[in-house]
Amino acid sequence: MVPGCDTREVLRERGQREVFCGLTGIIWLHRKIQDAFFLVVGSRTCAHLIQSAAGVMIFAEPRFGTAIIDERDLAGLADANDELDRVVTRLLERRPEIRLLFLVGSCPSEVIKLDLSRAAQRLSRTFSPKVRVLNYSGSGIETTFTQGEDACLASLVPELPQADAGKNALLVVGVLADVVEDQLRRLFSALGIGSVDFLPPRQSAHLPAIGPGTHFLLAQPYLADTARALEERGAKRLAAPFPLGVEGTTLWLKAVADAWSVPPGRFLEATKAARERAARAIAVYRQQLAGKRVFLFPDSQLEIPLARFLSRELGMELLEVGTPFLHRTHMAPELALLPRDTRLSEGQDVEKQLDRCRAQAPDLIVCGLGLANPLEASGFTTKWSIELVFTPVQAYEQAADLAELFARPLVRRMRLAV
Amino acid sequence: MQLTLWTYEGPPHVGAMRIATAMRDVHYVLHAPQGDTYADLLFTMIERRGARPPVTYTTFQARDLGSDTAQLLQNAIRDAHERFRPAALLVGASCTAELIQDDPGGLARALALPVPVVPLELPSYQRKENWGAAETFYQLTRALAGARAPAAGSVRPARDPQRRPRCNLLGPTALGFRHRDDVIEIRSLLGQLGIDVSVVAPEGATAADLARLPDADFNVVLYPEIAGPTAAWLQRTFGMPFTRHVPIGVGATRDFIREVAEFAGIDAGPVLEQERSRLPWYSRSVDSTYLTGKRVFVFGDATHAMAAARVARDELGFNVVGLGTYSRELAREVRELARAFGLEALISDDYLEVEARISELQPELVLGTQMERHIAKRLKIPCAVISAPAHVQDFPARYSPQMGFEGANVLFDCWVHPLMMGLEEHLLGMFSNDHEFRNGAAPSHLVATQPPASAEEPSAARAVTAGDPMPWAQEAEQELGKVPFFVRGKARRNTERFAHERGVSLITVETLYEAKAHFAR
Repeated sequence: MVPGCDTREVLRERGQREVFCGLTGIIWLHRKIQDAFFLVVGSRTCAHLIQSAAGVMIFAEPRFGTAIIDERDLAGLADANDELDRVVTRLLERRPEIRLLFLVGSCPSEVIKLDLSRAAQRLSRTFSPKVRVLNYSGSGIETTFTQGEDACLASLVPELPQADAGKNALLVVGVLADVVEDQLRRLFSALGIGSVDFLPPRQSAHLPAIGPGTHFLLAQPYLADTARALEERGAKRLAAPFPLGVEGTTLWLKAVADAWSVPPGRFLEATKAARERAARAIAVYRQQLAGKRVFLFPDSQLEIPLARFLSRELGMELLEVGTPFLHRTHMAPELALLPRDTRLSEGQDVEKQLDRCRAQAPDLIVCGLGLANPLEASGFTTKWSIELVFTPVQAYEQAADLAELFARPLVRRMRLAV
Repeated sequence: MQLTLWTYEGPPHVGAMRIATAMRDVHYVLHAPQGDTYADLLFTMIERRGARPPVTYTTFQARDLGSDTAQLLQNAIRDAHERFRPAALLVGASCTAELIQDDPGGLARALALPVPVVPLELPSYQRKENWGAAETFYQLTRALAGARAPAAGSVRPARDPQRRPRCNLLGPTALGFRHRDDVIEIRSLLGQLGIDVSVVAPEGATAADLARLPDADFNVVLYPEIAGPTAAWLQRTFGMPFTRHVPIGVGATRDFIREVAEFAGIDAGPVLEQERSRLPWYSRSVDSTYLTGKRVFVFGDATHAMAAARVARDELGFNVVGLGTYSRELAREVRELARAFGLEALISDDYLEVEARISELQPELVLGTQMERHIAKRLKIPCAVISAPAHVQDFPARYSPQMGFEGANVLFDCWVHPLMMGLEEHLLGMFSNDHEFRNGAAPSHLVATQPPASAEEPSAARAVTAGDPMPWAQEAEQELGKVPFFVRGKARRNTERFAHERGVSLITVETLYEAKAHFAR
């Protein structure tokens, strides 16, 4: 099939969407970029969301906070920009090690049209050169869950230095666990690909340079705006499935190998050990999962690559694959690998989707935290999906860990005798 | 604008959700943007409820703002009624929907649904979770019981002496701190007194139950933050008295028993004589003498903080060195109690301010919320949690009330166990050079669950002594090292303060002991 020409029917729904907003991405972004702080400009709800979304409180003082808008700001009694300057000044005094500050827009800040991009420019001038201030929106009216990471990374793109023309370089885009990045660096090095950068970097001072010689590879399936911004700066996207599972990782690496004209023999040799090891490790879980029927609720936009992995490498039967948003171009290589008869749904009407789900009585339901316990209490087995964005699951060495995340709830249900 | 790292309370619509979720046949339609559904997981994950909260969200997005969000809301109300068939419907807006002013109440009325529809106006930019819960409970009760109000000025008839006295228990909600077990404990206590419980609300109640609240003789207000306005309205409208004593601790439970006995017109004597709390004896037991005068900082919602201060002082023999609350609605009461303790209350919902106060006071025990548990952990001060915000650990599998005589037993255990046991404390003081004691041995019974504390006091405690660092003579520094780690930070601070006040330029062993004598209690 020609990529991008998948014409399958997609069930589109518009009703209650049981999903997080883009602010949630701060929970992993603030640990990835070690000298960045995320200041949400929003309401008490925003602060409460971030504090509650992880299900637990984080013990160390987090590198995120909320500037809570109050009635004085709304009534115009206080100038919201003056207030913001005061809050940012207090924050940077308290955290002198911060080098990059994101002002993160929210639903209320957007509805009252608080211009955070101007505020970021103004504050950047005040605190430059020590602190760079950027802004993006994580609001629920603009973004769903992982799209917050997309918006954050897109805001970094204009800050990337210009690379020398003619210099070929690879940029891997999307937050990955540090251990996964290190593994990938070794693989790229074995393939003979010299210059490899990751976006976002672990330190804000290490922003990678990009230019017309940059090829980028998306490590996450939800980075539409970031990809567009990179393309506008002349970088070229390498189309590939996403690096989940052995097959996904191989095809993802292969896209780079082909662009760099790595000889097929060398590619096989460089990936052989990890590939075979991963396939052996997965086989254990395939025995447990093959033939099991799985239903995926829309959540992180990882659903389609996950479904491909569950179906092709673990032999699971896909009942419905929901995604909050379907990016047909970026998903084309994934859709080409999904069984033709898989029901895809985009958007959500949670009550109707729950009706469909219960009617099909899946063996395993992949869903968000708001739904998981109620489904368990009514006898279903669930895999709560936020764990999939909080766990290193990409690349060969994690393929079996990813499989295990789906096997564990089923194993647990079998173990428990109470 | 307020800089916030952690919040003690959610927005007011989460308070409304706590009422709707507590009840059995009420549904809440919330006009809210995509993402606000996160609040479901408070109930399904933190409290581990087996059912989704009865809440329908409109989850509008930017593209809807250009078209008709009002229509979206009306559809959501109609669909929710159709699907869930509630006995009463709450409609309201979250913070963002409040800004777009779609008038949920008016839109719902226009649908002319065949059930009571209660519009909620919860100002998100002024108010918070507990206020939202209190307002929702009050509005709902008014809407459902208001029609039964007698004519103004009519006198409530006396109870038929043939009928046992009966009361309502008001205040327990979903996501409430130990509400589940408090209700069991107080119901049993009232049973011993011969008082029937007519309705428990909102937890477990139906809309019809709220309508029959006026049938009871009086109301027991378990949580004034939530049930205060409702109880006051029931008193104004139906002449029903309500309790002022919250039965947390032995003394408060005795006061509560006397209060309800008076409302019920019965003799409390027999029940008071059969009191079965172990706290009074455990506190008198000689091994508890080491608790005497322990310096305690108390912070929480107003009800739990005030109760904890009284228990700490009168029932465990602690010194309360700080008292505060994030409940601004009850700030006056907390200020008064603090004054009676010779303190100035800390009324704040700013976590950073509370942290600064604790590190300044260097208490030996913190009784606080999960936030203070984090602060105390960082400052290496023992801590027990006494109040919401609710955390998954605040829903223990075991029975663990805070109220009544069993609640007092729970308080004794939970507050005393984090502390170093008496004789162990002495051994550490005497033989601090023992290699197993060094580097800050944690209480031996907690070692398995607690990483060993580091040798030096936490940096946050050091940071409080602002200004130039005070120089210490080497011998003095070594002598300080012999002080058990859990009081070493306080000893250092006191000595430095003492030296600073006297203009001492170098702290010697003499200064250390001068300061010790000066600050001896």
